[in-house]
Amino acid sequence: MNRIDQLFETLRKKNGTALMPFLVAGDPTLSHTSDLICALEEAGADMIELGVAFSDPIADGPTIQAAGQRALASGVTLSAVLDMVKDIRKKVTLPICLMCYYNLLYQYPIEQFAERAADVGIDGVIVPDLPPEEAGPWRGAAIRAGLRTIFLVTPTTPHERVEKIDSLSTGFLYYVSLTGVTGARKELPRDLTLALDRTRNEARNPVAVGFGIGTASQVAALAPHADGIIVGSALVKVIEQHQNSSSLVERVKSFVQELKRPLM
Amino acid sequence: MKAYFGPYGGQFVPETVMYALTELDQAFRYYRRDRQFKKSLAAYLRDYVGRPTPLYLAEGLTGKLKGPRIYLKREDLTHTGAHKINNTLGQVLLAKAMGKERIIAETGAGQHGVATATAATLFGLSCAIYMGETDIKRQAMNVTRMKLLGAEVIPVGSGSRTLKDAINEALRDWVTNISNTYYVIGSVVGPHPYPTIVREFQYVVGKEARQQIQKAAGRLPDVLVACVGGGSNAMGLFAPFAKDAVRFIGVEAAGSGIESGKHSAPLCAGRVGILHGTKSYLLQTDEGQISEAHSVAPGLDYPGVGPEHSSLKDTLRAEYVSVTDEEALEAFQLLSRTDGIIPALESSHAVAFVCKRASEFKKEDIVVINLSGRGDKDLDIVAQYLKEASHE
Repeated sequence: MNRIDQLFETLRKKNGTALMPFLVAGDPTLSHTSDLICALEEAGADMIELGVAFSDPIADGPTIQAAGQRALASGVTLSAVLDMVKDIRKKVTLPICLMCYYNLLYQYPIEQFAERAADVGIDGVIVPDLPPEEAGPWRGAAIRAGLRTIFLVTPTTPHERVEKIDSLSTGFLYYVSLTGVTGARKELPRDLTLALDRTRNEARNPVAVGFGIGTASQVAALAPHADGIIVGSALVKVIEQHQNSSSLVERVKSFVQELKRPLM
Repeated sequence: MKAYFGPYGGQFVPETVMYALTELDQAFRYYRRDRQFKKSLAAYLRDYVGRPTPLYLAEGLTGKLKGPRIYLKREDLTHTGAHKINNTLGQVLLAKAMGKERIIAETGAGQHGVATATAATLFGLSCAIYMGETDIKRQAMNVTRMKLLGAEVIPVGSGSRTLKDAINEALRDWVTNISNTYYVIGSVVGPHPYPTIVREFQYVVGKEARQQIQKAAGRLPDVLVACVGGGSNAMGLFAPFAKDAVRFIGVEAAGSGIESGKHSAPLCAGRVGILHGTKSYLLQTDEGQISEAHSVAPGLDYPGVGPEHSSLKDTLRAEYVSVTDEEALEAFQLLSRTDGIIPALESSHAVAFVCKRASEFKKEDIVVINLSGRGDKDLDIVAQYLKEASHE
């Protein structure tokens, strides 16, 4: 059974919510990332969302853009990220979901990428610039390889389209909390919990919410309304602040423990 | 409208943008046939832009090259000095019809930014222009023009700090402010329906040229030549001749030379990939990271190209060639001397190609070059080049 399916199956039984931290692979280096993934699992992360750096990340705000630049500067490549995951799979069991812009998959190319990703122990892939209309070749390859294909719905997605996107998604459905790019926000949209309830009622898949979420109180407020909560920029910020410090791993760990507390 | 040109084009965008693209597609399909909209746009193009622009037989250049008869489609004579205004007036009028309050755009050379700011001011909409820091430095005059026109110029300091990064930032703004904001893309690039919308608003260039050359020469031309960055002036010129036995030549920027790797010639030397919502030829690494483009002409400094050009290349309907910075700078000076016309550095690439290959044409051949913009904005760059050349 795919690790993502297993996770949500387990959580469904106890009515729990997954904590899904996001970090950029290779920020500041791949060996840091490898250490951080182990620490995140120990801190209570239920799934890792691993971003692959791209030169033109149009869906990302300044924090994740900067992390991507650090990763690219350290020489990280998609192949190297996959090798790192293969290595880390000896140590961790939590599901790992890759977040990768389409051109990198397209150039790999797609079929080979899907096979290799499944082979190293990736469980699912999110492609932020690939709406379902364009996803035919990718979905085919991913399904054949046994990867979950996670699509996104947003506050601007019309009702009937949510249904269609849900039907093409496997693993979970990614609900983007706001109209905008990634980045921690002080306040989330007021009608977010309503929108989440509605989406969850209609969706076949578990629904994870991301974008803008960065504090334990936000996690606590959203937990009853989501199957998973993704925290990206706020965590990346912690990595940025402590990237040159020997306490990096400890800082990240305690930040994630704090986020996890409302979910225990 | 089709989202694809052969295998190229499409809508590779974040989900948030999908509904706005659908809304835009529907609005464009409606208004392009709407009598009032068409009448209004035609009146602005005539009375405000100064259309039709002349088709001028460049006697000086023709005499000098002893090659084909060279006609120039004088887009440099439009209000704001480049073909860009045809598109921005159309799109901002469309934005207004759609009830949008705010206009955003990216700009490289600043011509599209100026043309967008102009149209926004004309129709009373607020306007923000994203421009790379590198371009802000080398096109200072256009920055001043945009500010005078009431636009906010937002410097972009990420990546290569040029056009590609300005598009990234404009897309991020659009994703954030999608309900009240209209994004005016400046070329035949980006997700569907933009490549079609921009081509249709630039169609007027070729449509006029087709009538004008028949009147002046009694027949259709043999060859059309236009520079290609994103490729809007080329598509505007080519499209109305699609079914005619007329050769299309698109001239990309070879920068310091294709072999140097410092160029902006994805059709000549790139690979197919996905950037800014569309599948097309691209400059990129083996892995798929987008490479920085290089050209002395800021308007050509883009690692991608319109998807329809990629299709025209593969089907061999159009030929794509490249000329270097140096060749373009020479053509810039040559046309200034032979005909008293100072062309934009972008358009100088098209002129340079004809200069270079003049001997391959027959004397009775007719070549139409799209003189897409005027060179006032480039005087600093050219002065710098001449200074360096005289020191060597």
